[in-house]
Amino acid sequence: MGSSPLLKVQSAGIQFGGLKAVWDFNMEIHQGELVGLIGPNGAGKTTCFNLLTGVYVPTEGDISLEGQRLNGLAPYQVTRKGISRTFQNIRLFNELSVLDNVKVAYHSLAKHSIVSSIFRLPSHFSGEKEMEEKAIEFLTIFQLEPYLNEKAKNLPYGMQRRLEIARALAAGPKLLLLDEPAAGMNPQETHELMELIAFVREKFNLTILLIEHDMKLVMGICERIYVLDHGQLIAEGTPNEIRNNPKVIEAYLGEEAAESHAES
Amino acid sequence: MKKVKGFWIYVVLSAVIYGVIQLLINGGILNPFYANTLIFIGINIILAVSLHLVIGITGQFSIGHAGFLAVGAYISAIITMKFQLPFPLALLAGGIVAALAGLLVGIPSLRLKGDYLAIATLGFGEIIRIVFLNIDYVGGASGMQVTHLTTWTYTFICLFITITVITNFTNSRHGRACISVRENEIAADAMGINTTYYKVVAFALGSFFAGIAGGLFAHNFYIIQPGNFGFLKSFDILIFVVLGGLGSLSGSVIAAILLTVVSTFLQDYPETRMIIYSVVLVLVMLYRPQGLMGTREVTDLFGKWKGAKGGNSYGK
Repeated sequence: MGSSPLLKVQSAGIQFGGLKAVWDFNMEIHQGELVGLIGPNGAGKTTCFNLLTGVYVPTEGDISLEGQRLNGLAPYQVTRKGISRTFQNIRLFNELSVLDNVKVAYHSLAKHSIVSSIFRLPSHFSGEKEMEEKAIEFLTIFQLEPYLNEKAKNLPYGMQRRLEIARALAAGPKLLLLDEPAAGMNPQETHELMELIAFVREKFNLTILLIEHDMKLVMGICERIYVLDHGQLIAEGTPNEIRNNPKVIEAYLGEEAAESHAES
Repeated sequence: MKKVKGFWIYVVLSAVIYGVIQLLINGGILNPFYANTLIFIGINIILAVSLHLVIGITGQFSIGHAGFLAVGAYISAIITMKFQLPFPLALLAGGIVAALAGLLVGIPSLRLKGDYLAIATLGFGEIIRIVFLNIDYVGGASGMQVTHLTTWTYTFICLFITITVITNFTNSRHGRACISVRENEIAADAMGINTTYYKVVAFALGSFFAGIAGGLFAHNFYIIQPGNFGFLKSFDILIFVVLGGLGSLSGSVIAAILLTVVSTFLQDYPETRMIIYSVVLVLVMLYRPQGLMGTREVTDLFGKWKGAKGGNSYGK
């Protein structure tokens, strides 16, 4: 590898009052990698995402993207720096059309001002037109163009997931964070999702970090996996290493299971 | 191209409505009572549309709108009565000072959400009223004498500007940013939208037009008193927006017209007026909990009427 990592997290942590939710969290993600973050329920995975995206300000440690420090930036500033995300429970703009959902993601790339929009100056029309063309082109890639004018809330579940990923990508991230993208999906949908993730990674030359409970998905596509338990990293490695790591087995299945696994 | 054409239809239609009513007033066919009711409807529409931007579009539940109305009313009255400056200038100044008041209130209080914001804005509205109540310069509790300067022409021009500006704002990337805040603030933030900025912008813009409405309001009656701007006035405006359908500009316009007409004609029956008014509200909320228009606009209905399937012709 050698090159400097895209994302670097150094002993970051956060306390809520007396409760240490996550601490001593270290992570390095290099350009082009697909990394998984797993752990039992309540291990602090989503808290880690919230630290990375600025929803929470870390009480200790450092987070940097391409060497730029992200600590203390508001979520919208982190997005503009190049990290965008999807949510565990889908958060689309329900009453907006599919097209407008993606246009919102292009918001910070457009330049026309409030004044130009109110007075309908030429820059308003050219700016809006450019946003619309880009958004349509983008949705075509995701095969969502038949539903451009449909309200987001009327899409079936699998498509809402796809739209959420499309919207996150429209914001132009260097690093994409996916929070349990396969939650609530059947095996067929999960399979399609795996293909979609592989596809966007190829197409946009993207770096991805994903949280997932579906082990088949994680083991199937991730190159490297971080395991979190009780707010602390307990393991890091390739899917094979993780599968045989006694600490990981203990965290998931309990101490006895780990022992019997070691014996067998 | 289609949108540009729609704009010209809107301009022509507005000019026709204005012209016909102005002719009726000049010709003496509409007596001063009806003319005054029309002006009052116009003021209420401006108020409803300005609050629609804050509540319906940006989703910030503000119930202190009468406070900004009061700021506009008093500032414009001071300018015409104390400084003898022209009325249009007074209207503009009322709007600007109300917008500044909006910024002053919005920046700290828009960090609050939902019920908390509602209570904070309610408190602000009352503070404004009490401030004017205690300033002798503007007459204190007995109020301030104001000349009658508001005409149908002034009202209509302000109304036209309000609706045009708020429609143009809503149908742009900025309006979409505000709607995304309403729909899901966390997701909006994650999409790179500076949510605080847009909440404050919407709040200040809404306050500006409430201030303009205040100027018209002050110069339509012969006296303004702090009592005109109590929290009941805020609720009146809130009711226009909710009854019309949260998120629908044409809904708030229709509700403002309907309720102003109902309440004006009920003035002949003072003893039952509030009962009937309340029954109307209860019935609408029972049978159309989403408001008269839901989130749709009148123009959407025309789209369907023409038989254009698929709604707006995006990208054509």
